[in-house]
Amino acid sequence: MEQEDLIPHLFRTEYRKITAVLCKLFGISHIEIAEDIASDTFLLASETWPFKGIPENPAAWLYTVAKNKAKDYLKRDSLFEQKIAPQITYNTSGTQEIEIDLSEQNIVDAQLQMLFAVCNPTIPAEAQIGLALRILCGFGIDEIADAFLTNKEVINKRLFRAKEKLRIEKVKIEFPNDSEINSRLETVLTTLYLLFNEGYYSSNQNVTLRKDLCLEAMRLTHLLIGNRATDKPAVNALLSLMCFHSSRFEARVNKNGETILYQDQDKNLWNKELIMKGEYFLNRAAHGKQISKYHLEAGIAYWHTIKTDTKEKWENILQFYNQLLQIEYSPIAALNRTYALSKANGKTAAIIEAEKLNLNNSHLFHSLMGELYTEIDNSKSIDHYKTALKFAKSAADKSVISEKILALGSFKIN
Amino acid sequence: MKDYLFVFRNDFTSAPSGSPEEMQAMTQKWMDWIGSIAAKNKLTDRGNALSSVGKVLRPDNTITNGPYTEIKELIGGYTLVNAESIDEATELAKGCPILSLGGNVEVREIRVM
Repeated sequence: MEQEDLIPHLFRTEYRKITAVLCKLFGISHIEIAEDIASDTFLLASETWPFKGIPENPAAWLYTVAKNKAKDYLKRDSLFEQKIAPQITYNTSGTQEIEIDLSEQNIVDAQLQMLFAVCNPTIPAEAQIGLALRILCGFGIDEIADAFLTNKEVINKRLFRAKEKLRIEKVKIEFPNDSEINSRLETVLTTLYLLFNEGYYSSNQNVTLRKDLCLEAMRLTHLLIGNRATDKPAVNALLSLMCFHSSRFEARVNKNGETILYQDQDKNLWNKELIMKGEYFLNRAAHGKQISKYHLEAGIAYWHTIKTDTKEKWENILQFYNQLLQIEYSPIAALNRTYALSKANGKTAAIIEAEKLNLNNSHLFHSLMGELYTEIDNSKSIDHYKTALKFAKSAADKSVISEKILALGSFKIN
Repeated sequence: MKDYLFVFRNDFTSAPSGSPEEMQAMTQKWMDWIGSIAAKNKLTDRGNALSSVGKVLRPDNTITNGPYTEIKELIGGYTLVNAESIDEATELAKGCPILSLGGNVEVREIRVM
């Protein structure tokens, strides 16, 4: 790896480890100090490596510098005496010697504990995702702003308020105990699910960034599976779902960054390894008595990895949507269920159902109606697509709808 | 928005006949019907099926075995939906698979106590 690539690469992999360990050491009230020390460490690397050469073991070098900086900070800062020292004494059960443990195990533990601390229901989901990206994924503020399609000030404010809230709530960086773990895990899974969706369904043109968000969500979910206490069926189901979805990453966007719809994708571009991983985690999820929404969504995603349309495929997808809607209603699930119904039981049956959905203000509803009326009543189909175009906001959505209208127009002439 | 109870009545004592495939198809019809209510965000509680085994306790503490009314009017299960009016709730009941089996759906508004 070239030197100019090495530091950004190490930043991606090591910054978050150092930050997590230091956060755990200092406590939730001092997240900024941990972030500052980690940032300073990388600053020093970027200043010295070009002159002195890259150290033999760059990660170890970073850890040593971070440790020393942390120790220096603890020694000279008076705040330490009053606030952090008791915290550390508490954490290290009374030993006076400050131990900064950057072993692999402690890094993993610290990251998991930070994940639980950050995914706290007292702060909004968006802020949870933002903090996770910053602290656990080492994303820059500008990258987070880009991911949320907003500016740096908004993200800075959002993260500041979230940290403030965690401080006030005195959130501890620790593993939830056995009695709490399921309910706490639910919040964590929701945040990871949203983080993944932020990447997968975003209208952002930055494909690399979107993929990164998905990969980070998968990495953090995998971290939970690596730990015995959090290796639960729903977690495996969520990772399975993520694997199935991301298997289509290369196939769903063309060279110009435009969306390629599922039925138009080249299935040779689907990632077979990720599909196999998805199946592996789906099997691991098939334990216990509870079916989570992640199980059902993974089931739906599994059937989508088989491109050929069969009655069996769509009947299975329909039944999963039937169950999913009973657990949790969402307009998207209602629309997708109606699409599955059209594939399993025919367009006419689906049109009757669709008209009762009461979702007339959504471009997705009118796109679905456009699809259902195609070849049944093409002029109605065009009308619906035109309405969809009015409601659509993103450029990607608009271009997909416009193409549909164009195709229907030429269809009529022929 | 109010909650309404669907009570499914039919002659449930005559054991369901048919091949496993036909049973499967019947289950799918129930799931599709429930799913279509859920897709409208009108499902409050999917409810449950009731076993045909039961007893009735009468005022003088005598206990009798079922059936309890006309055998054709046996309650086989229930579901809770939400709707603006009894008419809307009744509209939701349309398409219930029990109708094709000669049964009926009783729709009742729930008065919250």
